[in-house]
Amino acid sequence: MNTMNGPIRKISVLAMVMFAALLINVSVSYVLRYDSLNENTLNRRVMDARYAQQRGPIMVGNNPIASSEKVKDRFKYLRSYSDGPLYAPITGFYSYYYGASALEDTQSAELAGQADSQFIDQLVDKLAGSEPPGGTVETTITGKAQRAAWKALAGRTGAVVALDAATGAVKALVTSPSYDPNELATHDLDASKAAWERLNADPAKPMANRATREIYPTGSAFKLITAAAALEQGLVDGPEGLVDATAYQLPLSSKVMEGKCGGDEITLAKALVVSCNPAFARLGAELGESGLQRQVEAFGFDQAPLKDIPSTASRLYSKAAHPDGIDLAQAAMTGIGEFEVGATPLQMAMIGAAILNDGVVMRPYVVDTITTADLKPVFRAVPEQLSQAVSSDTALALREMMVDVVVNGTGYRAAMNGVEVGGKTGTYAPESSPKRYAWFVAFATELNVAVCAFVEDADLENTEIGGARAAAPIAKAVMEALR
Amino acid sequence: MDEVVVYRQRRGIEAVLLLLAIAVAVGGYFLIHLDIDAELPTEWPAAVVVLTTLALVAHLVIRWRIPYADPIILPCVMLLNGLGLAMIHRLDLGGNERMHSAELQLGWTAVAVAVFCAVIFALREIRTLNRFWMLLFIFGMVLLLLPLVPGLGVEKNGSQIWIRLNLGFGAYSFQPAELAKIVLTIAFAAYLAGTREALVAAGRKIMGVELPRLRDFAPLLLMWLASLAVLVFQKDLGTSLLFFGLFVVMLFVSTERLLYPILGAALFAGGAYAGFLLFTHVQTRVLAWLDPFADYDRNYQIITAQFGMAWGGSIGTGWGLGRPNLTPLAKTDFIAAAFGEELGVAGLSAIIMVYAIIVARGIRAALGSNDSFGKLLASGLSFVFAIQVFTIIAGVTRLLPLTGLTTPFMSQGGSSLVANWATVALLLIVTHHARRPQTAKPRDPVVNLASDETIELKAAA
Repeated sequence: MNTMNGPIRKISVLAMVMFAALLINVSVSYVLRYDSLNENTLNRRVMDARYAQQRGPIMVGNNPIASSEKVKDRFKYLRSYSDGPLYAPITGFYSYYYGASALEDTQSAELAGQADSQFIDQLVDKLAGSEPPGGTVETTITGKAQRAAWKALAGRTGAVVALDAATGAVKALVTSPSYDPNELATHDLDASKAAWERLNADPAKPMANRATREIYPTGSAFKLITAAAALEQGLVDGPEGLVDATAYQLPLSSKVMEGKCGGDEITLAKALVVSCNPAFARLGAELGESGLQRQVEAFGFDQAPLKDIPSTASRLYSKAAHPDGIDLAQAAMTGIGEFEVGATPLQMAMIGAAILNDGVVMRPYVVDTITTADLKPVFRAVPEQLSQAVSSDTALALREMMVDVVVNGTGYRAAMNGVEVGGKTGTYAPESSPKRYAWFVAFATELNVAVCAFVEDADLENTEIGGARAAAPIAKAVMEALR
Repeated sequence: MDEVVVYRQRRGIEAVLLLLAIAVAVGGYFLIHLDIDAELPTEWPAAVVVLTTLALVAHLVIRWRIPYADPIILPCVMLLNGLGLAMIHRLDLGGNERMHSAELQLGWTAVAVAVFCAVIFALREIRTLNRFWMLLFIFGMVLLLLPLVPGLGVEKNGSQIWIRLNLGFGAYSFQPAELAKIVLTIAFAAYLAGTREALVAAGRKIMGVELPRLRDFAPLLLMWLASLAVLVFQKDLGTSLLFFGLFVVMLFVSTERLLYPILGAALFAGGAYAGFLLFTHVQTRVLAWLDPFADYDRNYQIITAQFGMAWGGSIGTGWGLGRPNLTPLAKTDFIAAAFGEELGVAGLSAIIMVYAIIVARGIRAALGSNDSFGKLLASGLSFVFAIQVFTIIAGVTRLLPLTGLTTPFMSQGGSSLVANWATVALLLIVTHHARRPQTAKPRDPVVNLASDETIELKAAA
């Protein structure tokens, strides 16, 4: 009996279409939807799995400053930092709720073994059914210098940056006060959350990277730039050229800047040694905004110089507050590092390095080498020239003047036995605080390193001697450690 | 002259396939423990023995009572049931505290197999049910509308398709639609087998389209209204679609007139659209389907299920290595998503194929059956099964708005398991009648007279 078989065959086709629709939908979802679903940050499975990856270590020399330890909980590997607060601005943290920062963030794919350059290894591991172990990130940091800087800062608020002048490799990068990334990396997520809230609420801002992400008024340390611009743009005829050191009434203003520079006409070199304010204010006004701007840009201002960890661009003045530029009085104040000058300690170290390196600014970098788990290198840093800030003649002149500052001037505390040391002090009195900002930009010629030491809460008088007293010994300690 | 095909029983094949099905399910069970604890639980021999015994009992009852039944269906059912048990067990282990739903579900499997055997014993001569169609119809409708009775029906996840019975020893939840589906399929099959001649023959032509008389047309309207009532009051598109689709398809099979499915589809689409416009709960479901991310908290379940399946990718995370517990109701409504997560697109597709095989064998039985009632019953049961699998998996994988139906044989829950095993028992009975040798009761005397020379005995391929 076949009477009803026609419609039964038709409904069997309909049933087949229904099942085909299910299969096609599942396959189409796989192709079209799954990637975006896996990228969605609300996808806890993916987030947790990423957090549970074994990450490679971050190295300083032979010493892992960040590593993954196998633990018995759902995230399998605990990220731990052997010397947390010391290296926090370099490693950053790796947390469940708050993501990652610094190298943990920028080198995340490499540390997890997921970078494109590690593709072949991933493929081999996938075929073998194992998880790809993370790559190793070797930094340019010298542990001894880092520890010396930390010790010399001695808990004061501030930062230290040391650079290899020839390559731009960062040898030390310290910020204080710091925080312990272990507190954020903990698998006790409530504790991590509490630590995050406490660190963010702390008025001392322990998570701020003062070395690369905060800009500060530089005070007299800016006179290096003004001197460089004056030499480059022909305002002064070499370091022995004379400058007007008499008391200076600011243009269009009643404010008078006292002289006391040891003469009415002194050489540029002398002016730098005694850090003569009216002389450099005059040069600032003479250079004007455009002359100063040209020089700071050549030294690397107005761009984020460091790529491996987040850095902030330094500025001549606030473009937002003065969209139409600055007047002559403001340019004069800028010439001595007042008004709205803001620079990172990293930027000031780059200036010291450029002066030592024949006027060539090298791009700073922190990641030296990245290797796979089986030690195959997948990345090796190549030093990169950022700009020619000044001619080699000007660089040499500035270098000699800075050496003079250490030998005969305010920077004597940085002098080292058997090594030529140059430096420039800076002090700034913020309106809001009785404390002083103390700067010291230095280099050690034979060691080929430049250092910037910065103390935010120096307890001293607003004098050049004071700035040098707080910051110069720190720079010296770092250079000694790099000897 | 009709050819008489004599099928082989193929019970040996069934036994081998059953062993394979159990091996796959037990393999999953072992892998879960190896992946999570790296060792097997102490109670594993007991679990394997119980499951194997149940399969053996079902197999022996078939051998004894309905030896010509289809040999593929039971292994497929056993495979799905076993995989479902493994996944429920896996979800028991994945929660914050160890649960024991899988043990309970294994108990329900035993009950379901017992009911399966009872149906085979009691209803082997299934045509005897023919006489009670009116009674079955009323009973089925009462069951269908039971969750609307105040105090009895409970709302779960926005749908009111469950009832709660407070028995002496505790509350017991039950989806009456599961039973109604079987009862109404039998009723429709019996009714349509009797009246199909009238439905086809009589009628007037209006504008070239031949319409049935109102008297014959009335049941269609009645079912349409009932399904709309389910949609509106029980707030469940799946159940509504299930019953209306079942009725329309059986009407189509019995009358062979395409008018019914076309008219039925139009009526249902119109009703569903009106429901969408009039009722916010229908809109909620549809919006959750179209753009779940528009309201993350409200659509958390469907979103996290998609996340899980996406994470599983093509071949899944592996048994015990995913996190299906993150999805609410992973053991019931969203068990397909748990399979998608741990076994991947490949595993979920394989499961869909096993369902498709069951439907294909059921429709094959309908084609091979030699009486109207058997044909209608087999095609109705197969198709309602197909709709159920389609709507729930389509809902979980975002092909359609989500419904509250259970995933046959896999979802945690006794009533669904028992009802589906009973469905399979009925299907197997029909296949037994379709496949057994027809010499006992020849319909055509001419064939009978010439039988010695002309009847060709041929084995089924």
